Amino acid sequence: MRALASLICGFIFGWGLFISGMLLPTKVLGFLDILAIPSGNWDPSLAVVMAVGLAVTGIGYALLRPRTPLLEVQHQWPPQTAIDTPLIAGSVLFGVGWGLVGLCPGPAIENLATLSPGVLVFVIAMAIGMAAHNFWQARSSTPGASLAVASATDG
Amino acid sequence: MANFTPISAAIGGALIGLSAVLLMLFNGRIAGITGIAAGILDPLSGDRAWRATFIVGLIAAPLSALLLGFKLPIPQMPASYVTIAVAGVLVGFGTRLSNGCTSGHGICGIARLSPRSIIATGIFMIAAIVVVAVTRHVIGG
Repeated sequence: MRALASLICGFIFGWGLFISGMLLPTKVLGFLDILAIPSGNWDPSLAVVMAVGLAVTGIGYALLRPRTPLLEVQHQWPPQTAIDTPLIAGSVLFGVGWGLVGLCPGPAIENLATLSPGVLVFVIAMAIGMAAHNFWQARSSTPGASLAVASATDG
Repeated sequence: MANFTPISAAIGGALIGLSAVLLMLFNGRIAGITGIAAGILDPLSGDRAWRATFIVGLIAAPLSALLLGFKLPIPQMPASYVTIAVAGVLVGFGTRLSNGCTSGHGICGIARLSPRSIIATGIFMIAAIVVVAVTRHVIGG
């Protein structure tokens, strides 16, 4: 049942990215290109996607917080609160990669449906980057600690 | 703002929010693509089934749109596979190091007013904006 609920959620998420145009790197880069504001070629669509997505999620989360999930024992709200070096360094690296191509993990994986060779290269490289981090983290801490950190992601 | 598509952006954003709320309602999980995908790759991960089906649903969505008669454009990518691969590794490693991406930090994290996610989103937005400014207006200009 949990797998089925997750399938439906992935499907809705995928339709959201598709309808909003966020599958298109050109549209994402059109938002990130703030130097295009004076010429009138800036595309604020991504900001609208985020604003509406945040409003819906914010209200929904606030309503769900005091309850327990339907198919699980408890909600897994991320426990971390520290603003630390990995958070900042990771965000910089991610932002640089995002700005180079215009793909973040969700649209990259979803775009596999297009069978584009460029997307395939990007997703394989992204998986290598993620696996490299998992491997590096497992080596620099005990297996138990690694598992705890891996299950405590913000997203 | 000739390329601005506010209606479809709002509908899409609402669906992304709905998905995040439903995943929390049913499974008690954050709809962060990085965490979901990385959990499949992690050899220590014990709960791959729901992660895998989320990814299947994600990829099935545009295919179902195709069946309904929508166009599914091939994404325009940089010409160089080296650039694409470098960007992919940066996105994969960076999102894991900071524990989240546009969905996990940008939507789910800010929605629960997490200071970590607000900081992370601000930083990756600024970094991406700087890179686009350089590639489009300094090098490409």
